[in-house]
Amino acid sequence: MVAMSGGVDSSVAAALLVADGHEVVGATLKLWGGPSDSGCCSVADVDDARRVAQQLGIAHHVFNFTEQFGAQVVEPYVDAHARGRTPNPCIECNRHVKFDLLLERARRLGFDLLATGHHARVAVEDGRYRLRRGADPAKDQSYVLSMLGQAALAGVVFPVGALTKAEVRSHAAALGLRTAAKPDSQDVCFIHGVEGRQGFLGRRIDLHPATLVDAGTGETVGSVDAVELVTVGQRRGMGHSTDGARRYAVAVDVSRRRVVVGADPSVGEVALDPTTVTWVDGPLPDGAPAVAQVSAHGRPAPCRWTGGRVVFEAPQRPVAPGQTVALYHDGDPDAVVGAGVAA
Amino acid sequence: MIAYLDHAASSPLRPEVLEALAPFLATQFGHPSSSHRVGRAARAALEEARDTVARLLGAEPKEVVFTSGGSEADNLAVLGVLGAAARPGRVVTSAVEHPAVREPARAAARYLPGVEHVEAPVDADGAVDLDRLADMLDEQVALVSVMTANNEVGTLQPLADVLTLTRRLAPRALVHTDAVQAAPWLDLATVTAGADLVSISAHKLGGPKGAGALVVSEGTPLRPLLHGGGQERERRGGTHDVAGAVGLATALAAAVAGREEEIVRVRALRDRLADGLVDLVPGAAESADRRRVLPGHCHVRFAGVDHEELLVLLDDAGVCASGGSACASGALEPSPVLAAMGLGGGGVRFSLGWTTTGTEVEHALEVVPKAVATLAGAGRPRR
Repeated sequence: MVAMSGGVDSSVAAALLVADGHEVVGATLKLWGGPSDSGCCSVADVDDARRVAQQLGIAHHVFNFTEQFGAQVVEPYVDAHARGRTPNPCIECNRHVKFDLLLERARRLGFDLLATGHHARVAVEDGRYRLRRGADPAKDQSYVLSMLGQAALAGVVFPVGALTKAEVRSHAAALGLRTAAKPDSQDVCFIHGVEGRQGFLGRRIDLHPATLVDAGTGETVGSVDAVELVTVGQRRGMGHSTDGARRYAVAVDVSRRRVVVGADPSVGEVALDPTTVTWVDGPLPDGAPAVAQVSAHGRPAPCRWTGGRVVFEAPQRPVAPGQTVALYHDGDPDAVVGAGVAA
Repeated sequence: MIAYLDHAASSPLRPEVLEALAPFLATQFGHPSSSHRVGRAARAALEEARDTVARLLGAEPKEVVFTSGGSEADNLAVLGVLGAAARPGRVVTSAVEHPAVREPARAAARYLPGVEHVEAPVDADGAVDLDRLADMLDEQVALVSVMTANNEVGTLQPLADVLTLTRRLAPRALVHTDAVQAAPWLDLATVTAGADLVSISAHKLGGPKGAGALVVSEGTPLRPLLHGGGQERERRGGTHDVAGAVGLATALAAAVAGREEEIVRVRALRDRLADGLVDLVPGAAESADRRRVLPGHCHVRFAGVDHEELLVLLDDAGVCASGGSACASGALEPSPVLAAMGLGGGGVRFSLGWTTTGTEVEHALEVVPKAVATLAGAGRPRR
């Protein structure tokens, strides 16, 4: 079963599997009932996926996971913001919907594997599954898959992970697929571009103004309209100090309606919420070296895994609570080791 | 082997319909409004089709408005009546109407000043609750729309009682009924007698998709949805679909001609299917009392399985059935009909019709229990 979002990557994933002689069925998930103009949720995307499936001569189904997506992705996203955290809904969707509910469904329906259009690679070594970065460094999506373990990896395949995006597009064009030139999806799929994050959250939770407090002096140095929308490490809206230096959000305190700001936000480490830590194939030994990545296309940073904390070798931009930290292998920096959510 | 058990979605085209309508897609191409001989030939076929439809529905030919199908007929009824009403008022529908009635009623409440829309609840079988309906009827009601029989579970509505109540309690109201599902099975000339507006659709009868009709009783004020060249006595502009009209009339005539025998034959198959499923599948239950549903409708709920998954396995094994209401994307939505009946979860609608055979029913009885067992157990063995 191929999860077809209506984008070019999953279209080509399906095409490659068909070309390889697999028995392939496409499935598109309806995840969100509200208005949305991008990503995984619109009727136009379902139409694209269905048409590509027709072009490939495979069956196609639409599955309604709206309820589960709301409960496991959207509500936690809203709750996290209400608490001043910075969630990653794509990771939660992968964790709870695509590689749990859909994978289970594919198994119940008798499919050997679930394929998606993610740019990442699964390899088998000595009977164990490895998760590796996609071949195109600019499009690598191993970060948003970094929470997968052996059980899920045993059931998934990423057919475009060995290709560059350009190769994917030219393959789609050669097959005449209507998604060949479709732009990449960018933002959070359930948030409408016109409405924006503030509009989306503002209709669901109260957004509160807050004061900006200087980290060194404790003085009030400004204000923001919505403390729930501030991310640790953010510069925009934080102003400048008296000597003209940029200021950054260092800490967000929703209950006291306060954002602590400072000139140097860099941190030496980040603690992970232990309940969220997952491993691709068993835990790193305490004190082991690794390479950390803290956003989808963030720069990998050498670190050590020490006492449930990621200790960076050199100071890093801060990691906001709620952000996922993906850990890669020290000696094999394309291989994901595990992941966790910043406490 | 394919068991096509989705006649309520679309019934296969009858051979005699194809034969009757084909000339109007080929040699008889005239515009029925043209005054020359080619146009007149098309016009003659159109008016003959109108005569047939009128006769079989117990109406006058001038009361038949050809449309592009059931949805247009329903929209024309709801919005056409409200648009022409001397003063705005309330629209009362049942809680289990097809979206083609429900949505224009909601849209009217949203966009037309002074219009409100209320839905009368239904009982456990999906039939409208007459006491609750009566509570909603008064001088303010402009339109009452209650379907002749439900599209999902097939429940017959007490239309005669709805008419009596409406005439007594809401003297200003017009009554519309969506008879799209009922048309293959009921004598609409009798069952819908007294209604001001009646919708039918060709492809539920073994006719072509994209053709239908709204019967509008003489004197009923109606504002057109489509303005144009004044066709259909200024109730529906646009060049006539002659082939569609001929197809509708031929399909309706064919359904009526064999009706009594078909009802007996199909109901026996339907009961065999329902009995078999309930016997063979633990936790399977018919969604409505079979004595109250159309002869071809067999709506069953299967406890403990995801109906979306079940439909995939049935499709795989060649059993074509329906999960109820699908949204624009094609995903299954929670059914408002089942919700109104107080039933949670989903269900599967098997609907039988003029082509259904005992072999198809037996195939379904072989496939469905296995599929449910697969999903209720550990899943299906790898392919």
